[in-house]
Order: sequence, then C-alpha cells, then structure tokens
Amino acid sequence: MFGFEPTEEQKMLVEAVRRYAENDLRAAAHEADESGELPSDLIEKGWELGVLQASVPEAYGGFGERSAVTGALAAEELAWGDLSGALAVMAPGAYALSVLLTGSEDQKSELIPPVIEADWKPYVTAFVEPDYDFHAGEMRTTAVASNGDYLITGRKARVPFGNRAEALLTFASLDGSIEAFAVPTDAEGVQVGEREKLLGIQALPTFPVTFDKVRVPASARLEGMDPSQVLASFNVAVGALAIGQSRAAYEYALDYAKDREAFGTPIAQKQAIAFMLAEMATEIDGARLMVWESAWKIDQGKEAFKSAYLALSNAAETVMMVTDRAVQILGGHGYIREHPVERWMRNARGLSTFAGLAMV
Amino acid sequence: MISFEIPETIKKTVTMVEAVATEMMRPQARYYDEHEHEIPWDYINFMHQALQSAGGDVTMAPEGTKDDGKPSIGYQSMAHYVEMLSWGDAGLYLCTPRGGLGAAAVSAAGTPEQKAKFLKRFKGDKPVLSAMAITEPHAGSDTAAIKTTAVRDGDEWVLNGEKIFVTGGHKSLVDTPGFVIVWATIDPEAGRKGIRSFVVEAGTPGCTVTKLEKKLGIRSSDTASIVLQDCRVPFENMLGTVDQEKKTTEGYKGVLRTFEVTRPLVGASALGIARAALEFLKEKLADEGVEIRYGLPPSRMTNLEAEVIDLEAMLRSAWLLTLRAVWMVDNKVPINAEASMSKIKAGDAVVKITQKAVELLGPMGYSREHLLEKWFRDAKINDLYEGTGQINRLIVARRILGYSRHELS
Repeated sequence: MFGFEPTEEQKMLVEAVRRYAENDLRAAAHEADESGELPSDLIEKGWELGVLQASVPEAYGGFGERSAVTGALAAEELAWGDLSGALAVMAPGAYALSVLLTGSEDQKSELIPPVIEADWKPYVTAFVEPDYDFHAGEMRTTAVASNGDYLITGRKARVPFGNRAEALLTFASLDGSIEAFAVPTDAEGVQVGEREKLLGIQALPTFPVTFDKVRVPASARLEGMDPSQVLASFNVAVGALAIGQSRAAYEYALDYAKDREAFGTPIAQKQAIAFMLAEMATEIDGARLMVWESAWKIDQGKEAFKSAYLALSNAAETVMMVTDRAVQILGGHGYIREHPVERWMRNARGLSTFAGLAMV
Repeated sequence: MISFEIPETIKKTVTMVEAVATEMMRPQARYYDEHEHEIPWDYINFMHQALQSAGGDVTMAPEGTKDDGKPSIGYQSMAHYVEMLSWGDAGLYLCTPRGGLGAAAVSAAGTPEQKAKFLKRFKGDKPVLSAMAITEPHAGSDTAAIKTTAVRDGDEWVLNGEKIFVTGGHKSLVDTPGFVIVWATIDPEAGRKGIRSFVVEAGTPGCTVTKLEKKLGIRSSDTASIVLQDCRVPFENMLGTVDQEKKTTEGYKGVLRTFEVTRPLVGASALGIARAALEFLKEKLADEGVEIRYGLPPSRMTNLEAEVIDLEAMLRSAWLLTLRAVWMVDNKVPINAEASMSKIKAGDAVVKITQKAVELLGPMGYSREHLLEKWFRDAKINDLYEGTGQINRLIVARRILGYSRHELS
C-alpha cells in the first residue's frame, strides 16, 4: 500500500526535533553564522534528542533500529532550524551509521558504542575532496596495501571539527573501489590544515585534512562496504537537509510577502509574487516525496542508488531555486544580513556537495 | 506510514493495461491522429469488453470506503490505469468507455441515489462515455462567469446556453448512450452561488452537438460544442442534495470538489505521455550506444546526460505528487493545494519532457515517422484543460496564503 503520512511515533519525534530547531537552532543561527561558532551546549542539546541513538540497535549501545525515513524526517526539521547546526548534530551519525551499514560485527561493537553512549563528540567523516570535479565514485585519495596494513594518501576537505576530531572515518579508493577506514586523528601523516572559509554554513567549523602515507591496520577497513547503499544513504540525508532549508526559506518569504505592502496591498496579493510562492511550495513537496521514496527503498533493502541520486539532484536544484526566490521576494531587504534568507541562499548552494557529511 | 509499495492489485492492473497499451493503442495511434473525427470503435469495444470481464477491479468511477472498512485504493488504481493508457495513446485513452470526467463528477459530487442511477449504465452491454461541459465561448478559466442557465419548472430544470471544448462530448451524447455534466447557473445575479451541475443524458431533446474542433493533438478524442435549447432534465439530475437549490456557495464548492479528483487524474494522463517520450528518448540514445551515467557531479556529465537526468527527476517528482493527491482522495484526507500542485507539476513536466525529447533527438525527433512528435502535440493539452497551469497556480497560491479570491485574483 502507498502511504504518505508519518507514523504517530515519527510525528512525535518530528515534533520534538521541530521544537529544538525553532527554539534553539533557529534562535542561535544568525549569531553563530556571524561569529563562526556553534555553542557547544547547542549541539549537545540537539544530540540529546537521541535521533541517532534511536537509529542504532541495543547491541551497539543504542535503543532502536535504523530507519532512513525517520532520519530524513528529523533531518528536514534540523535543517529548517539551521543547516550548520544540523550538520554539527548529525556529524557523528555519518560516522556511526557508515559503520553500522558496512562494518563487521566486531567493528560495529568496537566503533559504534564510543560514539553514541556519551555526550556529543566529533567522530566525523573525511569524505569530500577539494577538487572541482570531485566524484565519490573516483576518489583521488587512495589506500594501498602494505605489509598487511593500508597506507592512505590524499587530500580531504569539509571535515567537520577536523581540528579536534576523535576519529576520522576516511573514504579512499582501494584498487579503484571506494572503501572506508577508521583513522585515529593522531596517526602519523595526518595533517589538519587551517579552518576552511566557505560561502555558507559558516557556523560549522570544517577543515582540510591531508593524509601522507598514513598507516592503518587492515582491521581499520570497514569490511562490508557497499558503495551504492552508502552513497544512497548520504544522498538521502543531504536531500532531506535541502528540503528543510527550502521550507525555511519558503515559509519566511511567504510570511514576509503577506506582511509587506506595496502599491497599497500586501505583495503576496500580486500574482508575480504569489505564483512564485505556489511554485516553491509545489517543488518542495515533489522533492520531499522523492527523498521519502528513496529513504523508504533503503529501509526496504531495495536498490536505491539511482533514486537517491535523482532525489538529491532534484532537492539541490529546488533549494537553490527556493532560496534565490526567497531573497527575490524580500527584494533589497533579502540582501541584508538582518534577514536570514541571504544566509539560506549561501547555504543552499553547498548542498549538492555535502554528501558524506550526514547520513540517515 | 510512509510507504511506496505498489499494492498487488494495482500491479496486476498495470500489467494488464500495459498489454492493451502496447498491442492495441500504439499500433493505432498514428492512424487516428491522421484521421481526426473517425471513431476508434475497435479500441472502444475492446476496452468495454475487457472492463466488463474485469468486473469491479478496474473502474473509471471508484467508490469510497469498502465494506470491510479499509480505505479504498480506487483512485490510486485509477491513476496507474490512466497513466498506462495514456502511455499507450492519450487521445485513445480519452475515448475509453466506463465514464471519464462525467462519471468522476457524479462519483465526487452525486448523492448515493444519483450514483446508483447514473453510474449503472457503464456496466451494461454497450460501451458508454460521459463528459464535462463547463467552458463557454466567453468563459474558460473564469468558470463563475458562465451564462448557461437552469430554470426550474415544476419537476424539471430547463437548460439554455452554449458549451464548447467538451472533451468526448460527441461520444457521450451521440455515439453512445452516455451523459454530459453541464454547469449552469440557477441565478445569473448570484454569481458563483448560483452555479450547479446537471446531468444531461444522451437523447435529451434540446441538447445538440453542433461542432467538432480540429486540434493540435489528442485528435482521436472529439472536442465538441453543445447547444442547449430549452433542454429539460428531471429535477433530481442536479448533482448533490436537494438542499443545493438554496443559493449558497455550497453547490459551487461541490462542483469544484470534482476537480480535486479529476486534476490528479489529468496529471496521471500527462505523465503517461511524459514517460512514453522519455523512454523513447532513452531507447534511441541506447540504440546509438549513448549511455546515461548516474551519480556524476555536474562537471563530469555531458549536457545530454544532465538534460536526461533532469527530465527523469522531473517526471518522478510529478508522479509522486500525483500519487499523493489520489491517495489523499482515497483516504479522505482533506485536499488543500495538493490536487492543483500535482496538476501544475504534471503539466509542466509533460510539456518540458516532450519538447526536450524532440529537441534532443534532432531531425529524428521532428519526424512523423515516430510518435514522439505526436506526443509533443498531445502533451500541451495537459497544461490547458482541467485548469490551465496559471489557474492552478492561482489556486495553490490562495490556499498556501490563506487568501480568498477577492484577496488574490
């Protein structure tokens, strides 16, 4: 049967996340973006919502079962509050869920509990590379077998909290196929560069990390890598974040348009503005359904690579269109940093490149 | 629960209809495109027989909740059915017996007695069609401006006026013993409050088909003009309860509710054409050894790949919006803007996809040797009928903004 309504349990979770997104993330977003810092208690509070913990089975220290659909619902709400904050709260999830998906029994038992049994700690992924044509399927960072170990060499970018990460789940190409390695941050040859300066998500500290023949034991490689499943799960998460960011901008622009008067009436009463809003709402709904469908496929164990790729492509296009229009609807005011729409427009452009930073 | 699992019964329907679309519709599509106003009896009779033997499984007028209390999947099933038939041929699909828009209107706005009375005919021995007559020469999107009148005379309504662009009007009134749902005003001074819809059955004196249009596409479907001249119908042929004789907007809202059902179904039809065009495009590219690679960043894609992937995403987004809208109807979830959203997106998608497919296939795409150019022509109607893209944007905008038609027009 088809179904388009979250379960009661999912609705309760979404409601809790929404309250946090509104009262905490959204409230802190402007200051965080200007100062380039996310208060640690803000991240901790989001962590305590337990979205990730509820996605991990008891055997590995959690109290639930992974559901990409539930994760997508939560991610949308978080991003509605603030994309930087959402990515910070979700960063350990990219690490832990990658292990959950592809680790051996031993690896799961060893690597996951430290992430989720305590306070929020920066267990993060090193996935993205700094090149214009970065492609997950053909990473330039390589792993080479060497005396029973692996040597990892390459450049990574967008590593959140790279300067103080507990561990780096590093994705690299091994004989042409993508693999993930749990790398301690203090391993020899790991060098964390200066904090990145980005167009958007400026509250999230991200770092370039170089790997120079970093030696890790064979056991550091996650044993059951299924690239199509992992990439699908990254894409769905980022797609859901794009929906949340889109919805934030759409709602803000809609409220503004009803309030702002020109030529004697609210500008929302002009078709030029109203039609833009109608299209924004339509595109957001369609893009969300594609994200849901891919998440559902993942949960069903169905092949989701292509569908998740299309979902993220579409969501990334939607979020750019919607945030651009939100700025347009606010006119000159949209360009001023007192309103959040310019920040959202800057955040939006990055989403098509954020796969690897969040997972559901 | 969020689920995208296609119910087994729908899968079976789709498989069955696909065979019809492939073996019956595609081979005839060109002929009826080139012989406008010839009636595709082979298809109509075949479909009638097929639908008869399928019994209640396939219906053009799904009923509400089943006896066992489970929500119906009737409209979801119908959306799949309409999509697949339109994938076969959109013009022929519009000639499908067992209802159509007229039956949908009865189903959505009629009383139980009216449903029993008017829907029965679709299950008889002979194929029957039905249609909607709303547009008039001077009034299209502005449906409240129609001038056709209905005046009560004892136990009857007397209808007078002219209707145009009645899809399948000739087949519903002349070629088969069907009916047309005629929108008319019971009080021209009352504006929207006066508008009601009436069932005018084939053979009713005073109801005449006066013209058949020549069109850009969907040529196997007739588009008729109808003149109503002192056309008398029984009192109970006014759709909805008798209370609606009172001049409130309830009656108008009732007829508008029909659109909440028919718009997603028009969307489904649009997306059948869109899928046909996209599949054709991909097949031709594959024949030439052009592979579409998924998962690449924009800098590594060819323009062709980027375009095809964009069209695919558009089609999926539109289809899911359509599916959500019919799911809401089946589950009696109040529709706000979702029906119009699905129509906006489907209309945009089919126009864009067919135009792009012709463009990307160059001189081959433009040739009448293939059906693609026909689908390009068929596509456009979906951005026009059952509410233009602009009218649906207006509706969505009003709903999301909480505006009345006075506040946003």
